[in-house]
Amino acid sequence: MARDVPLPPDDELVERLRGGDEAAFGLVLDRWSPSMLRLARSFVSTNATAEEVVQDAWLAVIQGIARFEGRASLKTWVFRILVNTAKARGTKESRALPFSSLLPEDEWPAVDPSRFQRAGDPHPGHWNPGQQPQPWMLPETAALNTEVRAVLVEALTALPDRHRIVVTLRDVEGYSSDEVCDMLNISPGNQRVILHRARAAVRTRLESYFTSAAAQHQDAP
Amino acid sequence: MTCFELAELVTAYLDGALDERSETLLVVHLDGCPACRTLLDQHRQTIRLLGPAAPTAASTTTLAPAYREALLTAFRDAPR
Ligand SMILES: [Zn+2]
Repeated sequence: MARDVPLPPDDELVERLRGGDEAAFGLVLDRWSPSMLRLARSFVSTNATAEEVVQDAWLAVIQGIARFEGRASLKTWVFRILVNTAKARGTKESRALPFSSLLPEDEWPAVDPSRFQRAGDPHPGHWNPGQQPQPWMLPETAALNTEVRAVLVEALTALPDRHRIVVTLRDVEGYSSDEVCDMLNISPGNQRVILHRARAAVRTRLESYFTSAAAQHQDAP
Repeated sequence: MTCFELAELVTAYLDGALDERSETLLVVHLDGCPACRTLLDQHRQTIRLLGPAAPTAASTTTLAPAYREALLTAFRDAPR
């Protein structure tokens, strides 16, 4: 799969792009566009608009590659252009996503509070007996399992837009906290609050999936 | 630190963003609480499962061929 071939190192890639190497451009275009489309889709209301955003971002990359200074990685630079393009488009659609302040959706408890003991119980704030998280027995290859992937996609889709954007950038795309704060213009603290909510929601979804999968396994003859 | 409080601090802990006192309280709690160790482990597994190899291929979205062609043309024709 093309996806598995590593891209050339940044300095080589940038040189080839500046030199008009179409194969190099095709390589990054095909490698990064799917993530860019998914990310753009979080900022705008339709797939068609997301495609336009990605196209506009690539056009800006083509025009701006001469000015790329290599302070961030090429991919970070491209994604920052994408985020800025998508944000501008989202604002036009009055679908601007506020990242500068927290919303009530960011501050729900990470774990259902009913799973913890209440005031007056023997150990307030500790797990209720029987409600503790149970270890998942995951094979190394769980990430490649189609069913697990479907659960993850479903969990990501169900997240509020800002949550999906942050967790996608941090955990799916693998950006550092600093890079995400920079791209979204968000404070490290707020970024972490949103990331935590998002991860916690995905964890909860996986927990119910693995629990029911384990139960089915036990029931099997 | 209670289990409920710990559950809110997992991401800050994994990012190394806790102050020294909270980090110590958290580590001490973990040492005595298997359930919270499992919770932390599940966060790590969630991050691993979300990781670059994971979920996105299932919802593969690719750039429409017309857009791809237009961009390759724009790249070819760009002044340099
Ligand atoms: Zn605990």
